[in-house]
Amino acid sequence: MSSVSSSAVLGPVTQVVTAGVATFADDLAGQGVAVTRVDWRPPLGAGEPDLADVAVDARRIEANAAAVRRMIAAGAELVDVRPAREVLGLETGQFLHAGPPIGWDRASGPMRGALIGAALFEGIAETPEAAQAWLSGDAAGSSGGPDLAPCHSRGGVGPMAGVVSPGMWLFEVRDPGSGRTSWCSLNEGLGKVLRYGAYGPEVITRLRWMAGVLGPMMQRAVRRSGAVDVKAIIAQMLHMGDEGHNRNRAGTLMLLRELLPALIEGGEEPAALADVVRFVSGNDHFFLNLVMPACKLAAGAAAGIEGSTVVTVMARNGTDFGIQTAGTGDRWFTAPADTPEGLFLAGYGPQDANPDIGDSAITETAGVGGFAMAAAPAIARLVGGTAAAAVETTGRMYEIALGENPAFTVPALDFRGTPTGIDVTRVVRTGILPQINTGMAGRVAGTGQVGAGLVTPPAQCFTQALAALADNARKAAESS
Amino acid sequence: MPVSAAQGRQAVEHVEVRRGEYHDSVTLMMAGRAVATVPGVSRALVAMGTDVNRTLLADLGHPAPAAGPADLVIAFTAPDRPTETAALEALATALTPAVPTAGNTPPGLPHPRTTGAALSRTGAVLTLISTPGLAAVPEAMESLQYGASVVIFSDNVPVHHEIRLKDEAGRRGLLVMGPDCGTVVLHGTGLGFTNVTRPGPVSLVAASGTGAQHLMSLLDAAGAGIRHCLGVGGRDLTEDVAGRSTHAALDALAADDETELIAVVSKPPHPSVARSIEDHAARLPKPVQLAFLGPGRPTLTQTAETILAALGRRPPAAWPSWPAAAPATAEPKSAAGRGRTIRGLFSGGTLCAEAEAVLTGTPCAIDLTDFGDDAYTRGRPHPMIDNTVRLRAFAEAAEDPEVGVVLLDVVLGRGAHADPAGELASAVRRCGAPVVVSLCGTAGDPQGLEHQARAFAEAGASVYLSNAEAATAAARLAAQSEGSL
Repeated sequence: MSSVSSSAVLGPVTQVVTAGVATFADDLAGQGVAVTRVDWRPPLGAGEPDLADVAVDARRIEANAAAVRRMIAAGAELVDVRPAREVLGLETGQFLHAGPPIGWDRASGPMRGALIGAALFEGIAETPEAAQAWLSGDAAGSSGGPDLAPCHSRGGVGPMAGVVSPGMWLFEVRDPGSGRTSWCSLNEGLGKVLRYGAYGPEVITRLRWMAGVLGPMMQRAVRRSGAVDVKAIIAQMLHMGDEGHNRNRAGTLMLLRELLPALIEGGEEPAALADVVRFVSGNDHFFLNLVMPACKLAAGAAAGIEGSTVVTVMARNGTDFGIQTAGTGDRWFTAPADTPEGLFLAGYGPQDANPDIGDSAITETAGVGGFAMAAAPAIARLVGGTAAAAVETTGRMYEIALGENPAFTVPALDFRGTPTGIDVTRVVRTGILPQINTGMAGRVAGTGQVGAGLVTPPAQCFTQALAALADNARKAAESS
Repeated sequence: MPVSAAQGRQAVEHVEVRRGEYHDSVTLMMAGRAVATVPGVSRALVAMGTDVNRTLLADLGHPAPAAGPADLVIAFTAPDRPTETAALEALATALTPAVPTAGNTPPGLPHPRTTGAALSRTGAVLTLISTPGLAAVPEAMESLQYGASVVIFSDNVPVHHEIRLKDEAGRRGLLVMGPDCGTVVLHGTGLGFTNVTRPGPVSLVAASGTGAQHLMSLLDAAGAGIRHCLGVGGRDLTEDVAGRSTHAALDALAADDETELIAVVSKPPHPSVARSIEDHAARLPKPVQLAFLGPGRPTLTQTAETILAALGRRPPAAWPSWPAAAPATAEPKSAAGRGRTIRGLFSGGTLCAEAEAVLTGTPCAIDLTDFGDDAYTRGRPHPMIDNTVRLRAFAEAAEDPEVGVVLLDVVLGRGAHADPAGELASAVRRCGAPVVVSLCGTAGDPQGLEHQARAFAEAGASVYLSNAEAATAAARLAAQSEGSL
């Protein structure tokens, strides 16, 4: 016996949502009904059959609800700062990088530059030429070049090229609820820096100082102060004009505020302490490297939920854009990365920009960054210049997100939670691609940063992921 | 990118692709007509760049541009530049929405692109979906997920998806009306193809849109009113779907105090499903009239009479009909000397099936086609809104010496063509064989029942409100051909 309730089905018709033929909507409006029209359009990539099969997957609704619930519930605390060798057991010759898997042969300029810099930093090679020979496997008597793997494959994230070598220090971030951890390198600042593909002497010198002075001092401060609640700082920075990807100024200062007492009490040598404080407070993106692993903890909380269509990773290696979803494990869905559009540093133009690069799109994956654009009117120039355009950008992202994060709210939207949990099916249905705020690396190895702007993932990442999700849905339907 | 020399009098071939500009099939049909009716314009096509439409483009002799299903293709030939400009202006007007694209869109937020996004902005508990078939599945599922019952007008939805949608609705205490549901009336508000009926005590559960429209029109003509009509989709009473929505609709109507009598209208259900519906109906505390149509079963007209009797009303002495006017000039239409075949050109599947049931066993040969069937509507507007396909079939029938009588249905009401007689009457006039029209509509319909009936009658057709009577009349006329041999 069905449980249809008469009042739910046969209530007065005052409001109707319509999708499709406009004349039906017109007829209803003509009868005095308040009609909300869906601006329906054909899905990306002729995805109708896959969308239909996923839509009727009996596991989907609950799986997606669980995915969003877990993403929102995930916390993030900075618990330690240690070298990658200790945190990950990384050994000499092993490098991690941003984005989906890639080898030297297909690596872009900035990725190659960062790998060269890391080889120099680790003392594997004395010169950039020698480093390149070793990296490309051409060096005489070489042991076969580097061992490369994505940061994501080790549960962490790296901005831009995202190259991590054993001697680099990492922030370790922990979700107090589940005990899961994530990590990210320490931010080097802007300009000629390793993550943008620069490897000159000043880059290597800075990396050595970070490993010798900054990292250890941050470690002592964190251990003295106790865990720092990164998620709480993210929540506050969204009320202070940051969106957590291209603007991290308020977050950086709040982190410094948290650590300063411990730094001072620690009896650090005054000149070194001043250098560290000057470095952190002078680098508006220092906190980005904590937003990222916090977001990795959130997005990763949804990983491995069978039947869920939520995106858990969006990452780029400078050649390919790759995504992962909750329902398809650690399989990558990749397509050639697009080149961002935006504003350029003096002396550079669009011809200098490398295709999209970095794991920092994890911020959008977790519902901040471009998804919280409405919170950051100060960088509205990136989206066309007006605060209204920033609000509209976030508004558009609600169309492809399954939930709203009550911890991350946007003042300009009357404290509505940021759009959280990108749904592959919503992306394919609406044709709306996730909005990613990003820095731009020079395409030639060694250049460094050339600008900042906006980019979207290639649509094929989502249509491929949908096809895999549909395969899983069909198998699940057969076996049930 | 018009292709032509700059000479003023040189014909202009206009072929244009507008990337990512989507319009629904009805809008495109009207836009295509707007372009084609600009004097001088020929070979016009305004359509999405699907494979089917690109083939059509080639058939018209236009170069095939690169375009996908999400791209709008505009192609036509104009005798000169001013005509090209006029055609493009007509197109622009036709593609401009008469009303804003969306209501309930807060400032700063884009128009909703999904049913879920739209529902999350409103308190609506009802969704009407008429996207292409497979695309209706995610929209319908999302509607249920957001707590709204759903009317799925779209056809070509796979049956296993239909079952999943209906099971989900059952779990949530909601109703799926469709897929392929053309007719829903709730509290007098019509969704899809509906006639304007007076309010009253009868509610319908209908696996057949035109069957329901016909029954409601008859009841309205007899002075009995309609409360609700819940469409359930043409496949609901098959063995696979097992009456999932029919059972749910019966429960909902049983609990509706204002409904005094329920009628279930369907093509013949699967026997096991018919039994389960009969059992369910017997348990309900109010009368249920089961109108399972088929050979040897009561027609919709007889069902209407039974319902009227159950309501304590007297059925009309005669159902309205309009005799064919004698043509002023042409030869009187006669089946004499023609074949004995009744050629049926239907837009409503149930009306077609009922006519077949009535005509089976009569001595005439029958050849009835339901042009509203999925096979004819894939990628094309329904014959209730566009007469192109039926006009072609009408012309063929008129030429065919085997055809003794042409029988067609014309459905009026909301959603239907604004003036079907305006397009079909001339074909009636040109047809040498007698024409019988089964006219489904009410006095309140926007097209005007009386006006349409007279237009057909004046063109020489015999017009009947009762579909069964129309079929009987066709048989009678066809029999005259035999007498003449």
